[in-house]
Amino acid sequence: MAATDISKITEKSNWQDLTVGNQIYAAGTSKAFNTGEWRTQTPVFHSEKCKQCLLCVPVCPDSSIPVKDCKREDFDYDHCKGCGICAKVCPFEAISMKEGQ
Amino acid sequence: MAIRERLSGNEAISYAIKQVNPDVMPAFPITPSTEIPQYVANYIANGEMDTDFIPVESEHSSMSATVGASAAGARALTATSSCGLALMWEELYVAASNRLPLALCLVNRALSGPININCDHSDSMGARDTGFIQIYAENNQEAYDNFIQAYRISEHKDVRLPIMICQDGFITSHAVENIELLEDDKVKNFVGEYNPENYLLNAKQPMSVGPYAVSNYYMETKMAQNTAMQNAKQVILEVGKEFGEMSGRNYGFFEEYRLEDADYAFVIIGSAAGTSKDAVDKLREQGMKVGLLKLRVFRPFPDIEIAKALSNCKAVAIMDRCEGFRSKGGPLGAEVKAALYDYAKDVTAFNLIYGLGGRDFTVESAEEIFKELAAYVEEGKAFEEYRYVGLRGESYSIARTSKGVTSDVNADRA
Amino acid sequence: MSYNFKQEMNKPERLAPGHRMCAGCGGTITVRAVLRALHEGDKAVIGNATGCLEVSTFMYPYTAYEDSYIHNAFENAGATMSGVETAYNVLKRKGKIDDTYKFITFGGDGGTYDIGLQSLSGAMERNHDFVYVCYDNGAYMNTGIQRSSATPMYADTTTTPVGSQSNGKMQNRKDLASILAAHDIPYVGQSTLLGNFKDLHTKAEKAIYTEGAAFLNVMAPCPRGWRYPTEDIMEICKLGVETCYWPLFEVDHGKWILNYEPKKKLPIEDFLRPQGRFKHLFKKGNEDLLVQFQEEVDRRWEDLLYRCARD
Repeated sequence: MAATDISKITEKSNWQDLTVGNQIYAAGTSKAFNTGEWRTQTPVFHSEKCKQCLLCVPVCPDSSIPVKDCKREDFDYDHCKGCGICAKVCPFEAISMKEGQ
Repeated sequence: MAIRERLSGNEAISYAIKQVNPDVMPAFPITPSTEIPQYVANYIANGEMDTDFIPVESEHSSMSATVGASAAGARALTATSSCGLALMWEELYVAASNRLPLALCLVNRALSGPININCDHSDSMGARDTGFIQIYAENNQEAYDNFIQAYRISEHKDVRLPIMICQDGFITSHAVENIELLEDDKVKNFVGEYNPENYLLNAKQPMSVGPYAVSNYYMETKMAQNTAMQNAKQVILEVGKEFGEMSGRNYGFFEEYRLEDADYAFVIIGSAAGTSKDAVDKLREQGMKVGLLKLRVFRPFPDIEIAKALSNCKAVAIMDRCEGFRSKGGPLGAEVKAALYDYAKDVTAFNLIYGLGGRDFTVESAEEIFKELAAYVEEGKAFEEYRYVGLRGESYSIARTSKGVTSDVNADRA
Repeated sequence: MSYNFKQEMNKPERLAPGHRMCAGCGGTITVRAVLRALHEGDKAVIGNATGCLEVSTFMYPYTAYEDSYIHNAFENAGATMSGVETAYNVLKRKGKIDDTYKFITFGGDGGTYDIGLQSLSGAMERNHDFVYVCYDNGAYMNTGIQRSSATPMYADTTTTPVGSQSNGKMQNRKDLASILAAHDIPYVGQSTLLGNFKDLHTKAEKAIYTEGAAFLNVMAPCPRGWRYPTEDIMEICKLGVETCYWPLFEVDHGKWILNYEPKKKLPIEDFLRPQGRFKHLFKKGNEDLLVQFQEEVDRRWEDLLYRCARD
């Protein structure tokens, strides 16, 4: 069976168009949901100060610090909720928090 | 060639389980279903089947583990009775709403309290609205045959619902009777391999099961379940027919016993149908036109079919082996009366309660009820309904004649 | 099992973003850390008791899991995964599946210490080959911060509110890791969120790759329930360990091992003060409550030292 295309399942879908037993045959479909708009404060990444120690990566509750080739990239602002844990654990002040989105 | 044997209902079901050879069976002992996991564990211990048995620590866990195994892609089942079924009540809904085609061998027993280990239908009737298919047996042969058909019904792509295969505690489960068993290869071919489309252990496609869903999805989900239950009607008939072609024993929604020209009839479920058939035979010899509808499939509920089968009767006694505490009888009475109201208004129907907690139901009691139905119609005598058959002391009941309610026994007492 | 932090951070993420857990949630940090311990190439089925994590990570049709996932109900995560793991064994034996799967179930302290304890106990006693991870935030947070048997004494919760006649919860928290250790299962570990996550990672990897039943108890603070600013979570976890409120230990095939002993054990006030749920303990006249709390922490710590020294 083909993977579930969740873009076809909405709160307006007819009952015939929901998956059997509300099962989802797909991985990580939550990525399609934007939680970034929850933010009341926003982390800013200062790449010039970053030593790529990656200590900010595991503390993120929202998997919003992508890592490529063992180096972190800029924040995933579609999903970051702005909790500020990363800024607090950074030893190099490479992350600062600003008010708002 | 069929194999002639003498088995109890529990042995018969266990033998069917062995022949079907499912993948996973979690179970917890409770009288009178305990023998089923015991037999299965023995078959496994002696290499006669390669199911994995999980000796769980409760019935809630037995159904929970059955749900897990079924979602993972295994053909799974459990067995229980009474309070065990009540403990897994939440899980019955979960199994059904997740659309998992698992099986539950239920040996019907009264619910506490007082603790009583004997038969009535309060356990499965309490679970009638959980979304399970419910199929009942009169005797060990039917219990065996029903289980062989179970997965063919529940796993059908248009159905995908859990199924409850019920038999009466002790009366059927422990009584040894003659039985015709099918050959192993016949059963294997009939039931077939289970190859689900989607399952947790499908390496090609991860799957998530059991979400939180907001209101905008919930009613649509229930309609999908309800439609699957409606679809089960056709599948039950098809599977029953195919089973008949193989075994010579045909199955539909119910058995009509001398019902075609009957003026007076019973609607009844389970082993007491056998007792009532004896009464029918005796009264037929005396010239009374009596018959019986033995309901096999309670979910999905074959309302139109029942109403049609009863439509030529003058009066019907709906026999409930379960109390509904609505002071008007039990669940079978409520549902059959609703069907008659919709499709056969002219049929007079009364609801009686019998056999609670294993109370004997005799041929004589059945005969008496048939005669009262006749007296009601032919002599204008009052018929007391909602009463308990075989109760010591007066029942709470209401007496009706064709002119209406004549006396409320309770009111009279007051 | 050496720990290469950067390589671990470079692994593909197994908990996708877009879930609805609160900002700063300790639960999802825990889940990420545990799932990271799965070896690449190994598949997994993730189980879940009802709770914050469940209703937020699989809200139809959005699943945050890159692996297969099953939620059944609140009190039966152990039994549910028993069924999944057994199905795996059977289907593998019957040649219906080839891949290697690992099984990990998450439950909060409500689903683990309380309503799901029987189901967990049964699954562990039967030694099913899976890991049960309790993300312990010390109250029923999903329903709005009601006390659980994991709630520490004197915590202010919505069912043990502090008032003129009440100092919060009257009882000590249940020692669940010891209860699980008493099941004599192959592996029990207690950890929390610390630094480069070596402690939790190492324990998760051991738990996942030890044959048989394993249990992890992870202190996973809840900023809303504990009432502290979201960014302080790592500091709070560290204080939990440095005050010996939440010791790091494991019971590996029956052997009790202390993983960390603070050079200078900090007073329990240091852990309690940043948390709004203990604010009343710092009011004048409540000094004796802090003394009592410290005594209980000391008693449990001494007991743990004794068990570890014995082995």
